[in-house]
Amino acid sequence: MINLKNWFYERTGIEAILDFLRKKQVPDHKYTFWYYPGSILLILIGVQIITGCLLLLYYKPTIETAYESVSFITKYLPFGSFLRSLHAWSSDLIIAIAFIHMFSTFLLKSYRPPRELIWISGTFLMFILLTFGFSGYLLPWNELSLFATSVGTQIAGSMPIIGKYLLLFLRGGEYISGDTLTRFFALHVIILPLILLALAAVHVLLIQHHGMSVPPSVESSPAKKKDIPFYPDFLLYDAVNGLFVFSGLVILALFLPKELGIKADLLAPAPAGIKPEWYFLFMFETLKLIPSMVLSFEGKQLGVMIFALGAVFLICIPFLDRWSAKNKRSPLFTLIGFGILIYIFVMTAISYLGE
Amino acid sequence: MKLKESLFTRRKFLNWSLTASLAALFGTAVGPVWRFVFPGEVGPEPTEVELKDFPELLPGTGKLFKFGRHPAIMIRTPDGKLKSFTAVCTHFECTVQYKKDTNQIWCACHNGFYDTNGKVVSGPPPRPLEEYDVAVEKDKIIVSRRGVPKGEKPKEKA
Repeated sequence: MINLKNWFYERTGIEAILDFLRKKQVPDHKYTFWYYPGSILLILIGVQIITGCLLLLYYKPTIETAYESVSFITKYLPFGSFLRSLHAWSSDLIIAIAFIHMFSTFLLKSYRPPRELIWISGTFLMFILLTFGFSGYLLPWNELSLFATSVGTQIAGSMPIIGKYLLLFLRGGEYISGDTLTRFFALHVIILPLILLALAAVHVLLIQHHGMSVPPSVESSPAKKKDIPFYPDFLLYDAVNGLFVFSGLVILALFLPKELGIKADLLAPAPAGIKPEWYFLFMFETLKLIPSMVLSFEGKQLGVMIFALGAVFLICIPFLDRWSAKNKRSPLFTLIGFGILIYIFVMTAISYLGE
Repeated sequence: MKLKESLFTRRKFLNWSLTASLAALFGTAVGPVWRFVFPGEVGPEPTEVELKDFPELLPGTGKLFKFGRHPAIMIRTPDGKLKSFTAVCTHFECTVQYKKDTNQIWCACHNGFYDTNGKVVSGPPPRPLEEYDVAVEKDKIIVSRRGVPKGEKPKEKA
């Protein structure tokens, strides 16, 4: 009888990959904890793909049917409310963990050469994840999401030069309509997932190529660091972390199911208490606080410009931090990292307390 | 005079041809894709709408209606005047509403306030709301954009 395993191995050449994984070593030191968020993100993206595919079986992306189909999923389908909550809570966790992952790699200076492209692909992944959240928020077509989308697309539309085209691209016209919903649907279920998978593949493959980054303080004294095998040691840690996070996710979805709200009406005024998802609150609050005119600039355009420049700055960090590149201490960039973190925290807190 | 060796090898020629063909292929695709993705002119916005069966507004109330592709607001001020404005906030394009207690037009998104002449009172909106002309006829109200001469206004019945 043919040995099935050998037959498969000979035809796929998978042995080389397994061999790589068996020999792969992961650095173990006092900051090893910060390696975990990355793999938790991969697990949660898996949860999103599975729950998203299931929701797609019933969701109908038109303004007449979107709200009703989500309502049907949550009210009448067995486990419908649970699945939708799982998808929505998982998206919240993904953004939260992606923020933790980004800031931990920022503060540990993991972007040092030769890992610049890992940082850049990671920054773009962060933007893609935020766009995922933004596009998914509109899909149930409820009142809050409609106006959050109106503001969000206008923010994109206020960017210099490309703004006008970006707004038309996102809305499918001058104003929000059924065309906006179908565009967001297309973005959310096919365009963004393809980009995300491609970028994530590049990100993970580059990490395999260069290995995990070791913080400069550990790298300078080899005694503080040892290596552990990826298989089975590190994979077991990943599995345990994944189980914990997934259990937390199930508890959240069961005990704090996501509300559907009121159906969106294109001819209704914006309701009081309108706000975007929590991870956009710091931008929302900033735009609220900037006066209508600053010198000769419109306040909103200035705000949007600052955020756009902030995004460019994030991407360029590996090339700006010349101290880390030479393996020297870089207190300025540590300060900048904490500064951004504090700004996000304070603005989000003001937005919550201001209700 | 014939050169001893060619300046352009066959390999080079083929590489150039292939690259140029691929560039041409992608280049010709850009235009159609761009035009498909970006909606073209769907016709100009009407500059005048006729509102039939529009409910009678009591002083100090307001109601939204559709003006072409965007929402507009009709308000009756406490002193009985009928006024109309675009309902699209000049800040981030949320839909505004009339607030009876302060007799102001309010945008809930970023707490912007306009007076009943459309002027910004407080909050982040950078410009006033565009005001429309209101003409009440026997069984209808005609709302029209200012500064467009009569007879040039594409009409829309609502």
